[in-house]
Amino acid sequence: MSQSYDRGLVEDFGRWTEFSAGMWAWIFHKFTGWVLVGYLFTHIAVLSTAMAGPEVYTSTLQGLEALLVVRFLEVGLLAVAVFHILNGVRLLLVDLGIGLESQDRSFYASLILTGAIVVASVPTFLAGAL
Amino acid sequence: MSQRYSSFEPKGTRWLLQRLTAAFLVVVLAFHFMLLHFVNHAAEVTFAGTQMRMQTAGYFVTMVAFGLTATFHGVNGIYNALVNQGIDGTAKAAVKYGLVLAGLLLAVQIVRLSLVMAGISL
Repeated sequence: MSQSYDRGLVEDFGRWTEFSAGMWAWIFHKFTGWVLVGYLFTHIAVLSTAMAGPEVYTSTLQGLEALLVVRFLEVGLLAVAVFHILNGVRLLLVDLGIGLESQDRSFYASLILTGAIVVASVPTFLAGAL
Repeated sequence: MSQRYSSFEPKGTRWLLQRLTAAFLVVVLAFHFMLLHFVNHAAEVTFAGTQMRMQTAGYFVTMVAFGLTATFHGVNGIYNALVNQGIDGTAKAAVKYGLVLAGLLLAVQIVRLSLVMAGISL
């Protein structure tokens, strides 16, 4: 028999101080998902400059990469993507019935690992733009 | 009284596809980031380099599958999130068909762009 968990009205963000780790994981996964799908459309639009010719593609990409703000946005994108991946793996494992008793800890581990990977990647992402 | 909040039909087709695409995307998105930020730096990307990669059959197929899978996962995820927020009736139908249209347009553009990048003209 399936079991369900009463997480209250999660859409009521006014009671965010009462949110548990699982609800924060749910909110972060939705937020990062929205950002990633928005980026997917933007990314394809930018890459589509290839249809205007090789030079347009190369100059558009290199022109964007020359902007420091774009480099910082890429670090933000990395943070969003890494969290979505790690939390997504956690969700897949939960769906398979693995780690049901340590969902809070695996969420915190996702956050810490995301932070570590992003911090370690900053030099590579900012190289040549500072 | 406990309630079930997921807007997915329990263990339905969309539920399964969302998880299968997730498993694929976890691997390919990580590969994409590694290849285009750590192996090749994004600031040094040129059309010639992109074309060289896209002319490798395995890479081309992987990237097209990546784009199409990401499109489904993203659009299906947004639909699910909006249904979760409680939309129904006309709004739900409008969102559904709007997202299907946006997803199809993006999918077509991904295929067209991939062909251009690989230097393939139909």
